[in-house]
Amino acid sequence: MNHKKIGDVVLDVNNISLRFGGVNALTDISFDVREHEIRSIIGPNGAGKSSMLNCINGVYTPQQGSITFRGQTFSHMNSRQVAEMGIGRTFQNLALFKGMSVIDNIMTGRNLKIKSNILMQALRIGPAEREEIAHREFVEHIIDFLEIQAHRKTPVGQLPYGLQKRVDLGRALAMEPQVLLLDEPMAGMNVEEKQDMCRFVLDVNDEFGTTIVLIEHDMGVVMDISDRVVVLDYGKKIGDGEPEAVRNSEDVIAAYLGTSH
Amino acid sequence: MNRTFPQLLLQHAAERADAPALREKEYGIWQTHSWSQLARLVEKVAAGLQQAGLQRGEHMVVIGSNRPRLYATMLAIQTVGAIPVPLYQDAVAAECIFPLTNAEVRFAMVEDQEQVDKLLEIRDRCPLLTRIWFDDPRGLRKYSEDGLQDIEALMAAGAQFAAAHPAWFRETVAKASPEEVAAMFFTSGTTGNPKGVVHTHATLLDRASAGAEFDKLTSSEEVLAYLPPAWIGQNIFSYAQWLACGYVVNCPESASTVSIDLKEVGPTYYFAPPRIFEGLLTSVTIRMEDAGLIKRKMFAACMALAQRVGPALMDGQPVGAWDRLKYALGNLLVYGPLRNNLGFSRVRVAYTAGEAIGPDLFSFYRSIGINLKQLYGSTETAVFVCLQPDNQARADTVGVPIRGVEIKVADNGEILVKSAGLLKEYYKNPEATAEVLTADGWYHTSDAGFLDAHGHLKIIDRVKDVGRIQGGANDGAMFAPKYVENKLKFFPHIKEVVALGDRREKVCVMVNIDFDAVGNWAERRNLPYAGYTDLAQKPEVYELIKGCVEKVNADLATDTLLAGSQVSRFLVLHKELDADDGELTRTNKVRRGFIAEKYGVLVDALYSGKSEQYIETQVKFEDGRTGSVSATLKISDTKTFAPVKTAA
Repeated sequence: MNHKKIGDVVLDVNNISLRFGGVNALTDISFDVREHEIRSIIGPNGAGKSSMLNCINGVYTPQQGSITFRGQTFSHMNSRQVAEMGIGRTFQNLALFKGMSVIDNIMTGRNLKIKSNILMQALRIGPAEREEIAHREFVEHIIDFLEIQAHRKTPVGQLPYGLQKRVDLGRALAMEPQVLLLDEPMAGMNVEEKQDMCRFVLDVNDEFGTTIVLIEHDMGVVMDISDRVVVLDYGKKIGDGEPEAVRNSEDVIAAYLGTSH
Repeated sequence: MNRTFPQLLLQHAAERADAPALREKEYGIWQTHSWSQLARLVEKVAAGLQQAGLQRGEHMVVIGSNRPRLYATMLAIQTVGAIPVPLYQDAVAAECIFPLTNAEVRFAMVEDQEQVDKLLEIRDRCPLLTRIWFDDPRGLRKYSEDGLQDIEALMAAGAQFAAAHPAWFRETVAKASPEEVAAMFFTSGTTGNPKGVVHTHATLLDRASAGAEFDKLTSSEEVLAYLPPAWIGQNIFSYAQWLACGYVVNCPESASTVSIDLKEVGPTYYFAPPRIFEGLLTSVTIRMEDAGLIKRKMFAACMALAQRVGPALMDGQPVGAWDRLKYALGNLLVYGPLRNNLGFSRVRVAYTAGEAIGPDLFSFYRSIGINLKQLYGSTETAVFVCLQPDNQARADTVGVPIRGVEIKVADNGEILVKSAGLLKEYYKNPEATAEVLTADGWYHTSDAGFLDAHGHLKIIDRVKDVGRIQGGANDGAMFAPKYVENKLKFFPHIKEVVALGDRREKVCVMVNIDFDAVGNWAERRNLPYAGYTDLAQKPEVYELIKGCVEKVNADLATDTLLAGSQVSRFLVLHKELDADDGELTRTNKVRRGFIAEKYGVLVDALYSGKSEQYIETQVKFEDGRTGSVSATLKISDTKTFAPVKTAA
């Protein structure tokens, strides 16, 4: 309804190359992400999209290149450091604790924010109890935001897939990320679930001002909600720009439709 | 009760300042608003509305689910002498245009972004609508439309005014009269535009307190408000009676958490249409089927006992000591935990109304010790006309006239009602008002019915649908199609029924089987079928349906008035009646006239004595394409019974 304000570059990816043995997963990839934007990464299967997120997120260490986050450049990071810097993510194959309730799963996202140690928590001494109440309140706001009040105490494994995806998003939100990496948040969903998820992604972007980097296969979704799109194919960047420009790019059409040129 | 709603609010706030008035579950915790807090909230909103220019006698729309601040808004609108018009929160935008323009609405208070979007969409067609306030700001941060504001801003302006004029609220509330209009409810007309039903403080509160007196409601009741506030039933239960009695209204967290919230609140006074009770029973049945063998056996044994003695116990009839003992054991093992699980462990009085309830469904709840009763009323009568006394609840009547109600049956069978709770008028519609409210003070319900031997009202059908049998053995007998259809529809295997018989010599019906239920039934019998049309024409299915029809006939035979409505012949339709094909209304009511015309060949075959008939029907698929189904339908005769004279 209104135009949002897209700010300066927060995340700058420079000349990243990643190899697994003889396989070049990523070759010389560069792109940037600006504050408050929704940035999508698309590409056919095996194009290197998830590898790209894993590099940003510190799971993989690229052989070449650097990543700059808010002016800080790094080439080696572990995922905990990345999380502490304010980059959160969700996973393509849900990595939730199936036997734990929705509340507990989202609460694990608060892990980095909890100051009291395990002994204090176990014995409920010192500030531990007060802290837990404060964190629980934060989690309740996320539950309210994602409209999963009815499933608060349900073990996550019993929820339908679409709702599990929402819990996964909730857990990522619990760490109050500045940049949120979403790995195929709509994979395997039906149309209605996809619409819901789109709305939540847009709302997160809107209400919290969170910058979003999104991998998605559904072109309709990508073209609808993204501000800018990066296209990868066989580990190389073949397109970058606004959805309309990317859609009309010949290289991109060729990669998706397989025409020779 | 010679008061207005805001006057009652102030009375509760003065007498029981810290007692809870409203609770709302938010962020996982039940948040309580006491009567004095609520009064302060209403003062701020009322002062804000007055500042915004809301005039006495003006209509203001409220759209949303049951939220404390929307309740407060209704009270605030009434405080300044304006008239709240609650609209259904699930109505589409186009449906809101008529009420908004008809009532010349300038101001609206809505719940959230969804409702704001709806009003903005139709704003150009409702040019008078200038101000819209919202309760929940989520997603609305970036809206910059003229006149759109958060309720917080309204309250802040109101608080400022209230601080400067501390006596304003009390004085304004005190000078109102109960004869002033308190609210307007739009009824969904099946034809033409909806009509605005105008009620005063006096009419609503008269019925609210008569109902409360009948069931001895006190300020300690707990109610869960989960049905649309635009519906007068919800309004009476959680607004009019809430203020009349001063009990606690609990607002659920969201529509999807109602069953959880129900369990947590444990209401003492509960109201639901039959479909809710049906849904609850289905969920119990499904969970029991998944339970272990011992639990299943125990459940089955206890339910058999409950069915036998439960209703009698509820009605206070004598039951043998051994059965009482067994029931007490069942209560410990099954009924008690079951009530608790459904959220009914504290229910003292539960009502169902709106449509006919199946006798099995009704007696299930009564048999496990829930005091489920029926009532009769409508928007125009401020709900309470007839209620069932605690020990006399039956599935086929709707109770006795309560205090202040006079009932008369007109010559055409129509029920006429006189009470202090009748509508003042239909808004801007004197012709419609004159049609239902005659000069002698009787309200014409357009329902046909009669008072039975025990003084209980029994509803048969809509007056316009009641017909007469012509010729044949039952010449001149009354024919009530919906009554017959409902009786058949209570069987789980029957989904829809169309009954024919007006100005004919006998009654014939066309039946739609319930595909799930009959399909399941067929599978359990190893009866193979290829699809709906095939299943519908199986001889075994015809036998099954025939059994249902004959049971209904036997039942109708005991009813002196309706014995002539027994079904002589029936057929099972080859396709499901569908709203897309125009056979049902959007609210899933059969359009009898349309169907009789569309399936004319079948009707002719039913009455000409043929034993089968070929038919081809056009159908519309969900994606808009059309196709056709054809089948040769069998027609089956059924046994009818001689009228039984009961010693009633």
